Amino acid sequence: MTDTKLFRFKVNADVNELQRVQGFVEECMQGIDCSSKTMMQINVAVEEIFVNIAHYAYSGEIGKAVIEAEITDDPKAVTITFIDSGVMYNPLAKPDPDVTLSAKERQIGGLGIFMTKKFMDELSYEYRDGQNVFAMKKNL
Amino acid sequence: MTIKSKKDTGKLTLTLTGRLDTSTAPNLEETLKESYDGVTELVFDLEKLEYISSAGLRALLSAQKTMNKQGSMKVINVGEEIMEIFEITGFTEILTIE
Repeated sequence: MTDTKLFRFKVNADVNELQRVQGFVEECMQGIDCSSKTMMQINVAVEEIFVNIAHYAYSGEIGKAVIEAEITDDPKAVTITFIDSGVMYNPLAKPDPDVTLSAKERQIGGLGIFMTKKFMDELSYEYRDGQNVFAMKKNL
Repeated sequence: MTIKSKKDTGKLTLTLTGRLDTSTAPNLEETLKESYDGVTELVFDLEKLEYISSAGLRALLSAQKTMNKQGSMKVINVGEEIMEIFEITGFTEILTIE
């Protein structure tokens, strides 16, 4: 039988809340057998998406972000969804950085969403009822 | 994150412990800015670094760019998980990793 657990966390979209957001996700995943490497990859993806929202969604003002974590055990996976009511922004529309360039030629941006794409197995974005809804799934 | 700094004439060694993320990367950038003067060899010891995100990568890239102009930089004692991030992002080609 498939068991699904859903957790929800509402927080200020503020970079100072990053550790709490990552702590929430880690807590949701407590008791799930996953390597520290997998946990770090999930944490990196969570940081990149949350910090993006904190920096850009509300143009200088502090708005809210909702983070949902859905854990399923058959197949074993975690889906983390970020919801904000800020400006419409699709992180998946950004082109990937060229990771073969030298230090001199390297651009400073774009690495965060690039790592998120590499570390997570499925990503989706939609703008729904005035909200950005970004979901990322990792098979465990 | 804690930064332990050791300077021996032109050689600066920074030992990073903990998390190099959005919250802590500015501390590293600040420390570097104050220390670059006269440094020809910059070494990052990452043995105790547990976590790095794109903000941390940007700080390392910026240090590499600065050191390309005034000397050399290397990164030592990189753990498996951090190394994977360097590989995926092409940082293994940018940084000198020993």
